[in-house]
Amino acid sequence: MKILVAVKRVVDYAVKIRVKPDKTGVDTQNVKMSMNPFCEIALEEALRIKEAGFAKEVVAVSIGPSQCVDTLRTGLAMGADRGIHVEASYSFLPLTIAKILKSLADVENPGLIFLGKQAIDDDCNQTGQMVAALLGWPQATFASKVVVLDKDKQSATVDREVDEGLETLSVDLPAVITTDLRLNQPRYATLPNIMKAKSKPIKKMTLEDLKVDIKSDIEIVEVTEPPKRKSGVIVSSVDELIYKLKNEAHVV
Amino acid sequence: MMMIRRWRRSGDFLRSACKSLTSLRQKHNSMSPSVSGFVNRYESKGKTFESNAWNDHNRELDHHSCVGGNLWMMQQYKSFGSSSSSASKLQRNPLFSSLEPRDVSFFNEILGGEKYVVQDEERLETANTDWMHKYKGSSKLMLLPKTTEEVSQILKYCDSRSLAVVPQGGNTGLVGGSVPVFDEVIINVGLMNKVLSFDEVSGVLVCEAGCILENLATFLDPKGFVMPLDLGAKGSCHIGGNVSTNAGGLRLIRYGSLHGTVLGLEAVTANGNVLDMLGTLRKDNTGYDLKHLFIGSEGSLGIVTKVSILTQPKMSSVNLAFIACKDFLSCQKLLVEAKRNLGEILSAFEFLDNNSMDLVLNHLDGVRNPVSSSENFYILIETTGSGETYDREKLEAFLLKSLEQGLVSDGVIAQDINQASSFWRIREGITEALQKAGAFYKYDLSLPVEEIYNIVNDLRGRLGDLANVMGYGHLGDGLIEPYVYEWTSKHRGSISAEHGLGVMKANEIFYSKSPETVALMVSIKKLLDPKGILNPYKVLPHSFFSP
Repeated sequence: MKILVAVKRVVDYAVKIRVKPDKTGVDTQNVKMSMNPFCEIALEEALRIKEAGFAKEVVAVSIGPSQCVDTLRTGLAMGADRGIHVEASYSFLPLTIAKILKSLADVENPGLIFLGKQAIDDDCNQTGQMVAALLGWPQATFASKVVVLDKDKQSATVDREVDEGLETLSVDLPAVITTDLRLNQPRYATLPNIMKAKSKPIKKMTLEDLKVDIKSDIEIVEVTEPPKRKSGVIVSSVDELIYKLKNEAHVV
Repeated sequence: MMMIRRWRRSGDFLRSACKSLTSLRQKHNSMSPSVSGFVNRYESKGKTFESNAWNDHNRELDHHSCVGGNLWMMQQYKSFGSSSSSASKLQRNPLFSSLEPRDVSFFNEILGGEKYVVQDEERLETANTDWMHKYKGSSKLMLLPKTTEEVSQILKYCDSRSLAVVPQGGNTGLVGGSVPVFDEVIINVGLMNKVLSFDEVSGVLVCEAGCILENLATFLDPKGFVMPLDLGAKGSCHIGGNVSTNAGGLRLIRYGSLHGTVLGLEAVTANGNVLDMLGTLRKDNTGYDLKHLFIGSEGSLGIVTKVSILTQPKMSSVNLAFIACKDFLSCQKLLVEAKRNLGEILSAFEFLDNNSMDLVLNHLDGVRNPVSSSENFYILIETTGSGETYDREKLEAFLLKSLEQGLVSDGVIAQDINQASSFWRIREGITEALQKAGAFYKYDLSLPVEEIYNIVNDLRGRLGDLANVMGYGHLGDGLIEPYVYEWTSKHRGSISAEHGLGVMKANEIFYSKSPETVALMVSIKKLLDPKGILNPYKVLPHSFFSP
């Protein structure tokens, strides 16, 4: 079985971001970029499944400008077998990405598609679900615990972290799984693996190759910083507090 | 008791190892002076330890030593008995006056009230104790001046009244230099924490001495600059303290020492004189460059109130690798190769040994060994440059070549800032882990690079089961008691690479400096501070100043 893992190149989680002066987006110039942490977890899970013997190949795919190759190299250094880079000059919204992944899935025929539950730059939490819908495959999102594969029955058992607690699903393969934070701790890229990664292939594909319509129905109008938190006020007595709660905050 | 017996045994061992030292010490203290600092600590917490039957491990004498390029050696004492402390060996100078109510009134008047004149017991307790909980003074007063003028008035008064003082910053020092020995008045510059100016073209930052290092770094970050020094204590230490102790830190290999990066400073001497040496020029050859006297003087020549420092442009491409090496020789060779191959982008080269790694893994939460196999030595290599892909490739190429040549047995490269932080946590967390593990002796030594680990092996051989000896440090700077100091002296190293002499090593300076040099230092001290009120009992040997 083949596992396809979608990885996204995003601004590093630890960076303090700034909005561009023209409000078209976040400033990504001279800022450290890394693989989306949830995608790292997704890739780690795929690698563990392969190491457990349930899959033959893990393919990492990234969609975006040429620097995405760096992210794919990280994926290969972690242990993915090969990479696919879909060239795109600007970043796409989830539906477009989902369409691209669907086209890829039609070509590659994976048994599982792993994605991070959301990207830390847009927090959409949509791509995985859309891919499943487009493909007509079952989906198990926010996977938080061991994903057990049953080879004969071609199904997987997934624990999902939901608001009410944990939900356990059994999904038939092929399926789409999106990963949550507590699923695993991704491995480091070791030197021997980095060395091996240099000889692993990264295939370049274009949108034309995949015959995807990238027209989006959504347009980002403006990106602004959240309003700065106003400083608090120290009140001198309980009466003053009640007064403020009543007349200023209007909560009493 | 078993504990005490072993302790005495080690005491004997140390005594025989360092005969010259015992002549300097009083006979009743059977431990070496560097060790006695710990006795002080345990005396106060004696009950806790003696009655604590943690585990057998603790009852043994553990010596942890950290060795670095400059070297840190930690010797951990888990057992101890009561003995005289170095402080009681030391006598309070009777020429110093004691605090009187009229003094407190005076300070209240010039500083503006109780807020700045602290006599509260709890706050004094903290201010009297050093970071390692090794030294504790008994000061009854802490002053918080807000301006240089206030510092000047305080010192002028204290000098006239013969009141001894201790300048204090973040109180993160490791040699007991920032806390009172007896009842010296604490002058904490924490309220003088404003940034005065920053030139975005030259990168010159002028600020007050009480600015916390991390805050300065945060201030510079959006402007695209970084401080030229970085240390584990950055969240608490003050730039004034860093300058006064000539702090080194993790970035010394790249940016050099404070003697190079500090362009000017303002200091107040013992009699209240304000010395304005606050230049912002890179080049200024006009007369004697007096600021260098204050840099590293540990508050004994004056209180630093303002600093002018050259900051460096921030380079966005930072890469970090965590490497495992089989033996120390490989580590040294790796250092040479790193300097050669990584050249201008090399920004840190740290090492730690197996014992250090085990200690960190055992005592800190959420820490794991980045390298899957357990090795003898671990190295952290950091590069900082402007070209992300180029730097990355350079580092990878260098490491892969080292792997092929057998210099490196395994390693990982951090893929994002989170991973990089976790690698640094291991190295920066060693001191913290040691604190949690229990009593220890920490030696910060610098030795010629090739000698560095020899002292650890040497000590391991001599101490055997008694001690857990470990080494770590800034290998890249070429940055480990009585036996240790002698060994260091014999091999032309420095007994205090970075942390200064403080009270811990005040009497040990002769291991690294000649008598003539020390005599001149004493003269300068007496010239600038005739009554010796600034940070007494520290830095220079007590015998020169006792009445």
